[in-house]
Amino acid sequence: MTSTVVINKAAPTRPVKLRSMSRDRTWALRWSYFFLTLFAVFALVPPLYMVITSLKTSAEISAATNPWWVYHPTLSNYVELLTSNQFLTFFRNSALVSIFVVTITMLISVPAAFALARMRFWGSATLATGVFLTYLIPETLLFLPLFKMFVAFGELTGIQLINKWYVLLVIYPTLTVPFCTWIMIGYFASIPKELDEAAIIDGASWFQTLTRIFIPVALPGLIAATIFAFTVSWAQFLYPLVFTTSTDQLVLPVGIVTTLIKGDVFAWGQIMTGALLGAAPPLIIYAFLMDYYIAGLTAGATKG
Amino acid sequence: MADVTLRKVVKKYDDVEAVRGIDLDIADHEFVVLVGPSGCGKSTTLRMIAGLEDITDGDIMIGGDVVNDVPPKDRDIAMVFQNYALYPHMTVAENMSFGLRLKRYPKAEIKTRIDEAARMLDIVELVDRKPKQLSGGQRQRVAMGRAIVRNPKVFLFDEPLSNLDAKLRVQMRIEIKKVHQKVRTTTVYVTHDQVEAMTLADRVVVMNHGRIEQIGTPNELYHNPATKFVASFIGSPAMNFIPCRLEESGGKLHVRITDRLAFPLPPARAARYQGVSRTDKLLLGLRPEHITEASPHPETGVENFDATLDVTEPMGMETLIYFALEGTQVCGRVNPNAGAQDGAPLRLAVDLNNMHLLNEVSGAVI
Repeated sequence: MTSTVVINKAAPTRPVKLRSMSRDRTWALRWSYFFLTLFAVFALVPPLYMVITSLKTSAEISAATNPWWVYHPTLSNYVELLTSNQFLTFFRNSALVSIFVVTITMLISVPAAFALARMRFWGSATLATGVFLTYLIPETLLFLPLFKMFVAFGELTGIQLINKWYVLLVIYPTLTVPFCTWIMIGYFASIPKELDEAAIIDGASWFQTLTRIFIPVALPGLIAATIFAFTVSWAQFLYPLVFTTSTDQLVLPVGIVTTLIKGDVFAWGQIMTGALLGAAPPLIIYAFLMDYYIAGLTAGATKG
Repeated sequence: MADVTLRKVVKKYDDVEAVRGIDLDIADHEFVVLVGPSGCGKSTTLRMIAGLEDITDGDIMIGGDVVNDVPPKDRDIAMVFQNYALYPHMTVAENMSFGLRLKRYPKAEIKTRIDEAARMLDIVELVDRKPKQLSGGQRQRVAMGRAIVRNPKVFLFDEPLSNLDAKLRVQMRIEIKKVHQKVRTTTVYVTHDQVEAMTLADRVVVMNHGRIEQIGTPNELYHNPATKFVASFIGSPAMNFIPCRLEESGGKLHVRITDRLAFPLPPARAARYQGVSRTDKLLLGLRPEHITEASPHPETGVENFDATLDVTEPMGMETLIYFALEGTQVCGRVNPNAGAQDGAPLRLAVDLNNMHLLNEVSGAVI
């Protein structure tokens, strides 16, 4: 009873707003919105410019009009690219490479991460660190020795892998496997030890523990790793530029640059259109799986 | 159903000996509780029985077969973990049937077993829920259900009630006892809570520093502890240990506590302690319930004395009293109507028929 009376008395004498707190909060919000807007503009202007350019004809692009406005919008660039066999080949090559690389990566890094996170064996901790260190070696340092290796391999075995799109299936995993393994180690490590002990006592083999307990429980991490592997292989430029040259073996990023720039003539409209179409698949995947991706990455981050 | 035998079992982690040569025979249907402070090796022992830890030396037998190198899944055991370890992506029924499904039991058989276990544990309406939707007590029931449906040779419990609140713990304790009365499976249960150990066990194994201090029924451990560790670990409030020595005066054996305070020993005790050296440093072990308010007509072996109380703790059915004897704090239990008050003097009685005499150096009970 008494406490209610006190509150009733105190209430009118106090200002409705809790001043100091709300003022701090308001300013914090203003600043965060200011910077969020700034970065959003910074990040979104180039794609916007690409969209605008992709809707123009070559004549309009080179005309001295306002570059931020489309006076005669046309879909001709899109039609031309989507009906060109060449572009569709690039697209198909990219899709094949990415799908296979994601599959290969997951088949290697999930069991590897499980072994490194759970099966204590001699040197497992060192090996886990080693796996991550390989990720730190830049591809610009690796492409020459790798190229030499494939040449030597071709001479020794007679199997010519260079200038075949599937050579990328061997090369990309050197980028994707270490990072995905690392993400999955972090994720698996956050699963309580008792869970696999319970599974083992229930009669599960290591393989069953992995497939029936770990993979379902670590699904967000798995999805994050998959998206990462897909993005890396979809956007890879240097390796396909070095290892593939025939137009029917090219992947999208290299194909656009090498075929749409003829000498010093830049087909800007088609380049922009191609780049936009190329950026679409990862964008769509991110949009659908964003929550999983963030959950997977952060869980791995805190426990890695 | 099977007996479990440990023969000189040793576990070493690098140079640290976690378990130092344990011998233990657990009979078929028996409920044995391993109890001790943290780091005493009780969980390691349980995990070695489960096969989750290799043994460094010795033998473990389940049902007469040596299982040292048998993997956990072939030992036919079931384990309940402290944090339940339920598979988060499976429903209660799927959790309980996981082991059976791996062994490819027929669906009808699985269903019968789940229904039976769910009814026994009162979780019938929960079988389609995920662990996330369950309370702590319900999760613990499911974890037990997962063990029961397997119908294993041995149940292993690793501190299963530690994550529950006090009230639920008491309730689940009774639940576990009921389950054991029904299924009668040999059970090894690890806890650091001596009350849990006393209430659940057929036999209690008290462990300390990787060794077994004493094995016995709860009453044996309580009334006839073998060492100071057991005496102090079992019972709450703990047994009092008062420095003393033995002396002969007037033809009777006395236990002398201070210059002014000495109690004559009752004949049975006097006979038992006759051979103890009069110069040894000893400890008089007395449980709080053997220090009570003075009675006008004391029995043999009950001696009255005066004390000034420091603190009193009324518990309702009794009042705990604390007072100092020769610098040692002593706890007693008196009737709430005995007039015990903080800082006030009170005439007390000590029941020497239930005393223990310990060697102060070795800690052994004489």
